Amino acid sequence: MFAYIVRRLLYAIPILIGVNLLTFMLFFVVNSPDDMAVSQLGEKYVTPQAIAAWKEKNGYDKPLFINGAAEGAGAITETIFFTKSLKLFAFDFGRSESGRDITTDVSTRMWPSLAVALPTFIVGIWVNICVALLVVMFHATRLDRWAVFLFVSLMSISYLFYIIGGQFLVAKTWKLVPISGFQAEGQAWKFLILPVLVGVVAGIGSGARWYRTLFLEEANQDYVRTARAKGASEISILFRHILPNALIPILTGVVVLIPSLFMGSLLIESFFGIPGLGSYMLDAIKSQDFAIVRSMVFIGSILYILGLILTDISYTWADPRVRLS
Amino acid sequence: MKPLLLWSDALVFLLVIALVLFFYQLRRDPLTRERWAQVFSSRLGMVTFTVILTYVGIALLDSLHFRKALDAPVAAADQQSVTAEVFYDNQVTSVLDIMLGGMGERFERTYSAPFALQSFEKQNMKNAQGRAIRDFPPLEHAGQHLTDPQDKWPDVLAKTLVSLLWGLLICAVWIAPQWLWLRRSPHPWYASWCAQAVVICLGVWMVSISRYYHILGTDQGGTDVLYQSLKGVRTGVLLGTLATLIMLPIAVTLGVMAGYFKGWVDDLVQYLYTTLSSIPGILLIAASVLLFQVYIDLNPDFFSIGMEKADARFLALCFILGVTSWSSLCRLIRAETLKISQLGYVQAAHAFGVSHARILGRHILPNVVHIILITFVLDFSALVLAEAVLSYIGVGIDPSMGSWGNMINGARSELSRQPPVWWTLSGAFFFMFALVLAANLFSDLVRDAFDPRSVSRRSQA
Repeated sequence: MFAYIVRRLLYAIPILIGVNLLTFMLFFVVNSPDDMAVSQLGEKYVTPQAIAAWKEKNGYDKPLFINGAAEGAGAITETIFFTKSLKLFAFDFGRSESGRDITTDVSTRMWPSLAVALPTFIVGIWVNICVALLVVMFHATRLDRWAVFLFVSLMSISYLFYIIGGQFLVAKTWKLVPISGFQAEGQAWKFLILPVLVGVVAGIGSGARWYRTLFLEEANQDYVRTARAKGASEISILFRHILPNALIPILTGVVVLIPSLFMGSLLIESFFGIPGLGSYMLDAIKSQDFAIVRSMVFIGSILYILGLILTDISYTWADPRVRLS
Repeated sequence: MKPLLLWSDALVFLLVIALVLFFYQLRRDPLTRERWAQVFSSRLGMVTFTVILTYVGIALLDSLHFRKALDAPVAAADQQSVTAEVFYDNQVTSVLDIMLGGMGERFERTYSAPFALQSFEKQNMKNAQGRAIRDFPPLEHAGQHLTDPQDKWPDVLAKTLVSLLWGLLICAVWIAPQWLWLRRSPHPWYASWCAQAVVICLGVWMVSISRYYHILGTDQGGTDVLYQSLKGVRTGVLLGTLATLIMLPIAVTLGVMAGYFKGWVDDLVQYLYTTLSSIPGILLIAASVLLFQVYIDLNPDFFSIGMEKADARFLALCFILGVTSWSSLCRLIRAETLKISQLGYVQAAHAFGVSHARILGRHILPNVVHIILITFVLDFSALVLAEAVLSYIGVGIDPSMGSWGNMINGARSELSRQPPVWWTLSGAFFFMFALVLAANLFSDLVRDAFDPRSVSRRSQA
């Protein structure tokens, strides 16, 4: 088990290097530092001196891969690739284009993101499984068919409409909670309840439909027929036989998402004014702050790979037949 | 009038030709025919397919672009210029614009509610006595034919009835040949005819009423909301198909090669898609679009008119969405190819010394077509939805090109006005919902028919 995890972690290194190279290509080769200087400075102030000054100030005045002018190890270290990209591996994210320290920003903004994403995640799974079980109980009836139609309709509504509609109904018309904002202590729940609600409702369509398919797949298995033949009640078949067996495919889809919860949700956070990582990314994209986008891409990939490893570990826990080797 | 072929237009028509050929080829295979017959044996399949075809039709009509010739300036006419040079409008028109009867050319000043005769906001103006007052100004293009504002709803009703009659007449002409041709068909064509009738009546009603009223009101800039929603159709449909089309060759080639050749090819492909899928998709897309935007901004000389610039950005978005989203399909195809290449007939082909290329083309590819097809229809609705989110983030379609995402983005704070401005959002909502719902339901049917797993499940039941 331990050896397996170590091997998986080592396997992650080439992937992260690949991610790094890809982002580096995107940010520095396709779009040279000169182009960045022009777009950051604005068309008006573009003089060769201004570009050179901007590049020096932000540390882009070096060659991309190999510095022929520097001596010894400097040929590798005194390059943009080393200072801007490889340092990410040491979790040294550097400063954003506007001069803020990215590491501090990320560590403070992580918690509001988690405060929204974690309840949404847990409540969402719980609600989806409940709804799906309820529908499976009425399998092959008219109710089941209409429920599936309802799920598909819910899936077909853009996430934006859930947010806009939720804010309009709950916050504006009924005035139950504030429309947006965030507070770290005290009445934080007041600000969290609507984003969580919107997140859960928006996920019901696709989530419940997916769980329904998983449950039905199990319901067609032989052991279910045997249990029914032996006179087990429908309720006990559902909870004692189908639910535990459907856990394995559920885990595949769910566990991989857990680490990414730190990243928060781009849309929810920006609409509800929650100062998390999601709105951080959105602001970075809107202000074209590539330093932040680069760091977030790196963090996101690490979390995803972590999720994959967690998925494998959770298999051994859910299914005794699986052995990691 | 000068026809204008945008790059995306050319691609769309190529796509249509390719799809028609593809389905014509597929028709020869009896198993495929049987599966399609299963899709169309349900009423739901007929109705959703009709809805999707309607959207595609609107998109195609909106892809026939041209630039109107401008009236020669009077001054030039005086000078009797020898070269009768014609200047063309920078605004691009499409066949759809003409069919809508100038719906997009009736601008108001600002917001107005659906079927309203007056503007939504008060304005300073002068009354009959020449005194300055503050009131709702009348609209320029709504209810001009009415003498008394009280007559509005009876007038709307009368016009609705007239247009319904016309609509039914057109329906009769349109559906009768189909009935003659298909009445003995085992498929529930009548469901499709009902849907067609509804679409035709609705279309006729929209065009005829919109000459007198703004059916869905106007937005902040005074543009007709219904017109904007209709213009969004092309963007949504094209994005959904073009992005998938760009993704397909990458995913299929890599997936089939990884599953067939195994060894280092497999390792490399697996490494590629794990790397790509570990990057948060939205960040990758946003970064790529931003970089492309910088490129466009730095090279303004490539594009002669604004529309071409917007079109380039649109194509870039399709390209980026395609290139960043191939990993899941690639994974599926790799797994399926691994499975197929173990089967007896592939082994036999090997034993007979059939070349790799021939085995891939004759034995493997035809057997993964169903995965491609299912992905194509499933991804379509996801892409339409993604467009709205991307536009909200600011990395979507160029604002000068109509799209539902841009409409939502521009109207997102309108519900918090007092009273709320609900019609822009409703317009985008309705048009998007209808397309995505139809596509989702249709894709369910296609998956049920083509997925071997669901086929075996059904035979068990």
